[in-house]
Amino acid sequence: MKHSTFLLFTLPSLSVMFLFIAIPIVSVFIQSLHIEHKQVIIVSENCDPFGCETTTSVDTEASAKLKEKAPLGKFNGFKTYSNRMHFAFDEIGEAWNSSDSFIAFVKKIYNYPLYRALSFTLTYTFVVTPFVLFLGFLVALGVNNLPKLLKGPTIFASLLPMIVTPLVGSLILFWMVDGDGVIGATLQKIFNDNSLSLKASPVLTWVMLMVYGIWHLMPFSFIVFYAGLQTVPHETIEAATIDGASKFQRTRHVVIPHLMPLAIFITLILLMDNFRVFEPIISFRAEAHATSISWLIWNHLRESAYPLYNAAGATSMITIFCVGILLLPVLIRTWRDFNEKNKG
Amino acid sequence: MNTKIENKLTPVRIIAFVFVALWLIVAMFPFIWTLWGSFKVQADFFSKADWANAIFGFHTEKQTGNFFTIDGYYGSWIEEEFWRAVINTSIVVFFTVLISLTFGTLGGYALARSTYRYAFWILMAGLIFRAMPHMTLVSGYLQPFFAWNVWGILPTTIIVLVAINQPFTLWMLHSFFLNIPKDLDESAMCDGCNRFQAFRYVIIPIMWPGVITTGLFSFLLAYNDFTVTSMLLSDENETMIPAIASFLGTVQEEGKVMYAVAAVVSATAPLFFLVMFFQRQIVSGLTAGAVKG
Repeated sequence: MKHSTFLLFTLPSLSVMFLFIAIPIVSVFIQSLHIEHKQVIIVSENCDPFGCETTTSVDTEASAKLKEKAPLGKFNGFKTYSNRMHFAFDEIGEAWNSSDSFIAFVKKIYNYPLYRALSFTLTYTFVVTPFVLFLGFLVALGVNNLPKLLKGPTIFASLLPMIVTPLVGSLILFWMVDGDGVIGATLQKIFNDNSLSLKASPVLTWVMLMVYGIWHLMPFSFIVFYAGLQTVPHETIEAATIDGASKFQRTRHVVIPHLMPLAIFITLILLMDNFRVFEPIISFRAEAHATSISWLIWNHLRESAYPLYNAAGATSMITIFCVGILLLPVLIRTWRDFNEKNKG
Repeated sequence: MNTKIENKLTPVRIIAFVFVALWLIVAMFPFIWTLWGSFKVQADFFSKADWANAIFGFHTEKQTGNFFTIDGYYGSWIEEEFWRAVINTSIVVFFTVLISLTFGTLGGYALARSTYRYAFWILMAGLIFRAMPHMTLVSGYLQPFFAWNVWGILPTTIIVLVAINQPFTLWMLHSFFLNIPKDLDESAMCDGCNRFQAFRYVIIPIMWPGVITTGLFSFLLAYNDFTVTSMLLSDENETMIPAIASFLGTVQEEGKVMYAVAAVVSATAPLFFLVMFFQRQIVSGLTAGAVKG
């Protein structure tokens, strides 16, 4: 295809991606380097026979002028990254010096929002992903063993948790585990403890969010593995059976190696999706015990009276950096494959 | 002979059967429970004393005279004006899907047919863009959108959703067009068509299966989005999902949780039918990317 035709065909697509994905990433970076202007304050002294009084007022005109001159705010360098909302370098140094044990140190660090959010996001990502892979594979094996008639309805039912909007899906579960909801109330009865609440305990909140994550994403890995199972070569299975391999051995040595590329694909998608976990935290109102990076950015933008663009920007850049690290192995691999293919 | 083996009931098969049955309960029960409960009053749906109340509607019968009530639906759709959100969602979803597919088919086709190295780089960039958490992008939109005075209106949200959707659409349609033999459009070009004519008269008539599959996923992305719509739309332009989220804030205190439950069921119903009618396409779409690697 000629360069010019290619450009014409791809122009709409490339320009929206450039305008609304590439440029925002750059602008987020610039945003993170600046800080809001301080209001210009006028201090005036009023003297009368009874003495002098100083009053302070905001000079709106001067503030507006300042804002017009530099709409992004004052240049702040990387200070936003190192403040206590983010990496909190000074505070960590202090915590290190003042803590007598490593655990005390870790507990202190956990109080800073970024570390809190990072620890949940990473735990969530690295717990949910393997569970989803493993359980999805088991369900796929199970469905593959079902009579043909049942397969269609099973797939239909399995798709629902994934298709349903994350916010809505997690709300549905949230209402059920509520102290008065069906699961919550039943659990209280089983443990004979009327104050048992999944929402009040940090550990149970984390578990609840992760169970939701597994429930939500398992259909995806199930469907992909199930499709992969249909392509396992029949001859190899038969040959293994003739050689005396048991069902387990056949699965272990024939089926799993065959599905390996799929597992890598699923892992990649799951890592990307789990890392941006956000909606369940809103639905479960879990922010007291669990926050994610996306939630942190949302909070910077939304919760305070003035959006903290610099804080949101810095958190976003840190997020992008983490995503880059997650993706790096895949990118290197693809690059190698591509080069080999071109050589061959 | 083969079928005989397949139908034999071995322990492994029984375990598999039980396991799948368990999963089905886990997958389906929350939806059935909420759907049924949405026609009850709050005292039944959140019944601490006895969960059976939610099934038989003990309090519902006491309060409304019937074990079945549509108060929640009336409250959310009419009183809280959920219908506005439904209209907004329809507009956003319709235009997002339409524009995504138009841009995506053109771009995906070109990427599938180009033999140059930059096509690969564009796809790689797409993969990286696909991985960006949407929240990071949204934090970059707010300042310029406020400055240009385009914040809060539907077209802005639509174009942003199109952009966020583009990497995935491109990948999917690219792999779909790779499956359409090159010879088709090339022979058309030998017969004197230019590239656009070949695309128009040869490719467009046969591309619909792939486009429909991709369209389903664009639909889901736009329909399910909360990050973009909650940050970029003003209150009167709110779509369904942020509307449900803001319901939670206002409704919970007033004892009107059932409004939110009804809204949640209303938002889930279209997806239910979508899966019912397009199950095959969704499954093939999920696996398309995977099987090609």
